[in-house]
Amino acid sequence: MLLALLRRFGQMIFVMFGISVLVFLIFFVTPGADPAARIAGRNASPETLEAVRKSFGFDQPVWVQYLTMMKKLFVTQDLTSFVNRGWKVVPAVLDTIPVTLSLVIGAAILWVVFGMLVGLIAAATRGSWIDKLLMALGLVGCAMPVYWLGEMMNLVSQSRYHDTWLFSWVPPLGYKNLSDDPRGWFLTLVIPWFTLAILYIGLYGRVLRANLIEAMQEDYIRTARAKGLSETRILLRHALRTSLISFVTLFGLDFGALVGGAALLTEVVFGLQGVGKLTYDALQNLDLPVIMTTVIYASFFVVLANALVDVVYILIDPRVRSA
Amino acid sequence: MLEVRDLRISFRTEHGRVQAIDGVSFDVGESEILGVVGESGSGKTISLLAVMGLINDPNARIEGSIKLRGRELVGLEPREMRKLRGREIAMIFQDPMTAMTPVYTIGWQIAEQIMAHEKIGKAAALARAVDLLAEVNIPNPREAIHRFPHQLSGGMRQRAVIAMALSCNPALLIADEPTTALDVTVQAQILDLIRKLRRDHKSAVVFITHDMGVIAEMADRVMVMYSGRIVERGTKAEILLEPRHPYTRALLDSIPPLEGEKPKRLRSIPGSPPSLFDLPKGCSFAPRCPSRFERCAERPALEGGKHAAACFLKVAS
Repeated sequence: MLLALLRRFGQMIFVMFGISVLVFLIFFVTPGADPAARIAGRNASPETLEAVRKSFGFDQPVWVQYLTMMKKLFVTQDLTSFVNRGWKVVPAVLDTIPVTLSLVIGAAILWVVFGMLVGLIAAATRGSWIDKLLMALGLVGCAMPVYWLGEMMNLVSQSRYHDTWLFSWVPPLGYKNLSDDPRGWFLTLVIPWFTLAILYIGLYGRVLRANLIEAMQEDYIRTARAKGLSETRILLRHALRTSLISFVTLFGLDFGALVGGAALLTEVVFGLQGVGKLTYDALQNLDLPVIMTTVIYASFFVVLANALVDVVYILIDPRVRSA
Repeated sequence: MLEVRDLRISFRTEHGRVQAIDGVSFDVGESEILGVVGESGSGKTISLLAVMGLINDPNARIEGSIKLRGRELVGLEPREMRKLRGREIAMIFQDPMTAMTPVYTIGWQIAEQIMAHEKIGKAAALARAVDLLAEVNIPNPREAIHRFPHQLSGGMRQRAVIAMALSCNPALLIADEPTTALDVTVQAQILDLIRKLRRDHKSAVVFITHDMGVIAEMADRVMVMYSGRIVERGTKAEILLEPRHPYTRALLDSIPPLEGEKPKRLRSIPGSPPSLFDLPKGCSFAPRCPSRFERCAERPALEGGKHAAACFLKVAS
């Protein structure tokens, strides 16, 4: 167990190192990349360029620059933005993390619960109109772009029907801190949660249904029937457990990516200052320290989520334990 | 105890209706072992799945009568059938490797079956599971109930499956090629075990196999099936020593002799079983039969009382 944890940790360090080097190299060593020229702006005089180069330390060898940046990021944590000088990056990123985590964890709970319900009901009623309806709705859910759905939700709940009983509770866009205003936190996030979750409910429901139907063809399901168990029990106790493997795998990948910034579109539409939004803004003006920090943070979550998935595998399937 | 009369099972397919079982009738007496022999696709498994009520293909149609201790099973409410399954009739399947749910311990799975049919606590059910595992000669049963299926060998798994099938003392045990996937030495142990259990539990057994050697070991009476029909039935001695149907003879010929000169090649049956989509009008074995004659264009009935064969030859000879 300890060995497995250590191996995971090593893997995480390796992934984070690789990504940071890659981002750094793209920024500094790709042809035509001159960070000093970018920072100094258009039509800057050679003297200004030289001054910028000196003051940002771009005149040092690349590997020294890399190490300096890593030291500022991890050890002294006083890395500052290239664009807004003096703006400390690490606290800025730390501020956005609760926003993204609130959004993604809430949505994840919704999509796991409803995705599982959809998959189970559809598999249990396979071939019936309920199954067909659920799968059609799932496909609609998968097909709706999240920015469009989000804007539609805003249009309906913030503007068109805001004055009706149905949506009068919806607060204006923006994020409220859980510790300051739990009720406000919840109310502002309800619609973003559903918007983000709908895509995944459809996807996960379809995946689980396919896996359940495959599992129901297995020999051990026939044995379970021969034992005289009810169909519900067979589905929930015998078929579901082995069908959860791909569900969990998908969850690890999606959850990690979303926490790492892939919830950008939802964040933008609902005015949530999350990690995705921060990264996006940093990319707009090529603010390397911010990009570097969010990317490192994202890779940490992707690896962490996958490590958790491995633990869940062990819980689900005893065959993994002895392997 | 089990009476099957004129059982017909057909499936709706893209190419029209296919008759998988065509008028099969047989009886199984109390604590009797009935051997069912035939090639793959002859309908031996499907006809006994019908007895279990385990054909849940919506395209299947089951007609005829299956009576267990006088109770009609065809058309029985699924709820009622479920109560019988696992308690009155139990089934052991061919491949012990895949027959148990991989994610639960064998003790859990046996206890699950007991608790599905009896009002009994989990601890008591697990204690019963320990006794059952001891009865099927699994070493160290107290520890074995905590094992997962993948931690046991094939033979041990099949013992666990048998223990599970016997957990509610079924009146009828259907064993579908329970030894086919096992090593020869393990096969013999499992056969011994089933014989012993028949003695101790007084269960009747239907033993499905394609192995005449296993039939010789196990069966009291034998029924030979070919393309969805019974072609011959009788006691073990009648079938093995005086087979009447050419198909039964051909099956017996395909066993290597234990004594005498070793034949260069084993005799095999020419051709392959007919497709169910395109059954011959008359005797379905006729195209492969060495002794066919004009009358085989008609369909022979299963005649001859206790030792019956569906062949015109016995009349001719």
